[in-house]
Amino acid sequence: MSPFSRFFSRNRRYDDLSVSIQEHIDERIDELMEAAMPRDQAERAARREFGNVTLLRERSREVWQWQGLESLRVDLKHIGRRLRRSPGFAITLVLTLAIGIGANTAVFSVLNSVLLRPLPYPEPQQLVSLHLDAPGAPGLAEFRSELRLSASMYFTFATHNRTFQSVGVWGPGTASITGIAQPEQVNTAQISSGVLETLNIPAFTGQWLTAADQDPHAPGRVMLSYGYWQRRFGGDPGVVGRTISVNSQPRVIAGVMPRGFKVVSYDFDLLVPMGLDPVKEQLAGFAYRGIARLEPGVGIPQANADVARLIQVWMDSWTNGPGSDSHWYVRWKITPALLPLKEAVVGSIHTVLWVVMATIGVVMLIACTNVANLLLVRADTRQQELAVRSALGAGRWRIARELLLESLTLGLLGGVVGVGVAGAGLRLLTAVGPGNLPRLSEVSLDGWSVAFTLILSLVSGLLFGAIPVLRYAPSRQRLTLLGAMRTSNVSRERQRGRNLLVVSQVAMALVLLIGAVLMIRTFLAMRNVDPGFSDPSSLQVMRLTISETLVRDPLTTVHMQNNILDKLAAIPGVSSTGFAASVPMSGAEPSWNEILVEGKIEEGDNPPMRLFNYVSPGYFHTAGTKIVAGRDFSWADMYGLRPVGMVSESLARELWGSPQSAIGKHFHEWDSMPWQEVIGVVQDVRENGVDQVSPSTVYWPSMGHDLFGPGVLGAWRSVYFAIRSNRAGTQALINEMQQAVWSVNANLPVADISTMQDIYGESMARTSFTLVMLAIAATMALALGILGIYGVISYAVSQRRREIGIRMALGAKKSELAWMFVRSALMLTGIGMAVGLGAAAMLMRLMRTLLFGISPLDPVTFTAVPVALVAAAALASYLPARRTAAVDPVEALRAE
Amino acid sequence: MHGYALVKHIQQVSNDLLQVEEGSLYPALQRMLKEGLLESEAGISAKGRPTRIYRLTAAGLRHLESEVVSFERMFAGFARVLAAAKAQEA
Repeated sequence: MSPFSRFFSRNRRYDDLSVSIQEHIDERIDELMEAAMPRDQAERAARREFGNVTLLRERSREVWQWQGLESLRVDLKHIGRRLRRSPGFAITLVLTLAIGIGANTAVFSVLNSVLLRPLPYPEPQQLVSLHLDAPGAPGLAEFRSELRLSASMYFTFATHNRTFQSVGVWGPGTASITGIAQPEQVNTAQISSGVLETLNIPAFTGQWLTAADQDPHAPGRVMLSYGYWQRRFGGDPGVVGRTISVNSQPRVIAGVMPRGFKVVSYDFDLLVPMGLDPVKEQLAGFAYRGIARLEPGVGIPQANADVARLIQVWMDSWTNGPGSDSHWYVRWKITPALLPLKEAVVGSIHTVLWVVMATIGVVMLIACTNVANLLLVRADTRQQELAVRSALGAGRWRIARELLLESLTLGLLGGVVGVGVAGAGLRLLTAVGPGNLPRLSEVSLDGWSVAFTLILSLVSGLLFGAIPVLRYAPSRQRLTLLGAMRTSNVSRERQRGRNLLVVSQVAMALVLLIGAVLMIRTFLAMRNVDPGFSDPSSLQVMRLTISETLVRDPLTTVHMQNNILDKLAAIPGVSSTGFAASVPMSGAEPSWNEILVEGKIEEGDNPPMRLFNYVSPGYFHTAGTKIVAGRDFSWADMYGLRPVGMVSESLARELWGSPQSAIGKHFHEWDSMPWQEVIGVVQDVRENGVDQVSPSTVYWPSMGHDLFGPGVLGAWRSVYFAIRSNRAGTQALINEMQQAVWSVNANLPVADISTMQDIYGESMARTSFTLVMLAIAATMALALGILGIYGVISYAVSQRRREIGIRMALGAKKSELAWMFVRSALMLTGIGMAVGLGAAAMLMRLMRTLLFGISPLDPVTFTAVPVALVAAAALASYLPARRTAAVDPVEALRAE
Repeated sequence: MHGYALVKHIQQVSNDLLQVEEGSLYPALQRMLKEGLLESEAGISAKGRPTRIYRLTAAGLRHLESEVVSFERMFAGFARVLAAAKAQEA
């Protein structure tokens, strides 16, 4: 019989035994009665002969029992009984732990899903992002963190590489879908051949786009995302082979990608082939994001070396048109810095997540010290019992085991409830978390999270359990002694453990408070930055694209945009309107290049890169971007194709010394372009977020002679309309905006409708998320710390009643006695703060990248927080210390 | 045979020379059950009360035989040693 089935068949054995024994006794009684003994006597005699039935039963049962487990079961039963007897205590402990463990599990789940879990592609370790740096391109770093790939680079890399299985480039885009329901703007991923091969996820239904779909002269097929397929086509499997109208062009659906598939981290509706033409491509056009799959066994350094070689090949094989120097880009020092794709996906969020994880971990530690404190108090009250048990022969290990088992049980109970807390916490986290948190959709409680919870529960159980064990299971003699000292003063030694806990709590709480205050100051500093637009909550923004297939002629396009502006301006409550190729912090990337300034020869023939934006008349007024000097564009400038431009204040100062002196000066983008006159200078705009520098920007009219080469008229077709209205953000206004657009052309879809406040908030999301998390953690830490101080002082007061009584009898003043306790609390706080300040000074450096406008050792924070903490500690100790006044000396002494 | 009958049986057969203590009988029975030497089933005692009947299994029988053999050997050993001692005394 296996031990397990034996374990479970035990009850049957026990029954058998009882029946046998009962029958045995009964037969003996019968026999005695036959020998003429009265029944009651016979019964007594039979039982006496038989001996101790219970003992016998136990002995017999032991045969079936696994000794260790059995006593464990008994211990657990006792623990359960004890906890049930003081439900308030048990619930407090379990809830404290559940909140601590739950919060940790929730944050760990996010951390695990975002940072630790591999990307959901086959062999994800082979995937790299083709990140290029161009340290020799001045100014680029102001607005771009990398040099994107040009189409010619892609062709070179794809054909000549020696280290990749496949290479592809892609970029996010939009397209209007017409002919299904209302015209709809969808997010597209424009992909080159090689992207699907690199990511290597098979189509859910239908097939991948093929090289044939890349033909630049014929519109290729498209693929749907699973979500879009469900949303628009109800998951109809017959959709493959159907034709839909994408930007007014008929396109055949080749297939559907499976649920959850993203291009890197980008969630698209439609995959559209790029249709690059190798005949027309030039060196320039650094617009695409590159990804590649490494050959097995190839590392990043090898691949970097290969790409460095490929960049030479690229310059040797392409030009920027006749007469240009194809090796001009040597001065940019283009250097490959390939990243594992996961790093590219996760980006800078990892600092935030680790900081939050560490913070929550510290809260857990504080919670553990509080629980340890409570257990210590409880173990104190059990001293008698423990001493008696020890005197009766319970071993040191036996008592230690029971104490530990109790804390482990509490830890595990906390863990079980904690999983529930984590589920709720996760929902909260994903709700308050930055909306642009990468891999947000992948966040879930998985096996790792559960394992983490289990380990955390056990470790914390051991941690807070170890302290009472160390105090109460040292030796038998001591225990007996402790039992004898019922009313004497043993506070000093017993208090020491608790004091240590308070010191560490204060230290940890101080670190978290300093972190939280630094984040608050960062947030305030960011709020104080003038972002380059005003009152974002009354600025409504929407994106609208007029595709070339809908309106071929650029002039007609601008007329249509102008028309829409007029219709929008006519909506009640709208005070002004305008449009631009990009609004700040929206992530739109219009264009950038160098400019040549009249009368200036650039040193080293390597002028800095400038960010370009293309705007309509009235845009600056609408956005609230102040015109520092000169005037705004006019419609006459636009339609008259006058050679005019505007620059940002920082650019004006850099080139001409002051905004005023910039007016009337001339510049152009390249030699064959006529000189453009600076007609206005606008304030600096924080294009990439308030914590980033304002790039030097050149503003062009949205239509010009030169956008796509001299002599050709060009207009910016995908633009953000800005509408200043006190009704911004209301559904009524949005509906009226949509009607206004459709009254101009019924095939125009509107996309990305939001207020500037949303965009602004999103750009602050990382900071506000860190702030909220740290603030919650610090508040919990402060509350727990204060509770700790309160608890220790109030316990000390109750323990030292006799001493207080004697002191009072000898004439001590009540206020002096209270001060005695407050002083000891302040001592503990002081030591804790010294430790905490040292730790904070070291730890806050790790947060440097999250801070803005203040130093990690901000003196204001490092003074204000300790002062506040001392005040809190004084209050927390004064309240219980006041109770000394209530001590009646006579009564305190009589208790002896 | 059930417990009480077993005690009686041993007492009678050994002419009251051997008395099995209840205190050791039941734990012993349980050990033998656990080792698979016995099997038990629900049954009725001679007096018509429900009880458990213990019966030797095949393994139990084998074990008994080997125990008997070793006991006899040991007994023979005792007999020889005692005989030798007597011879010396004589």
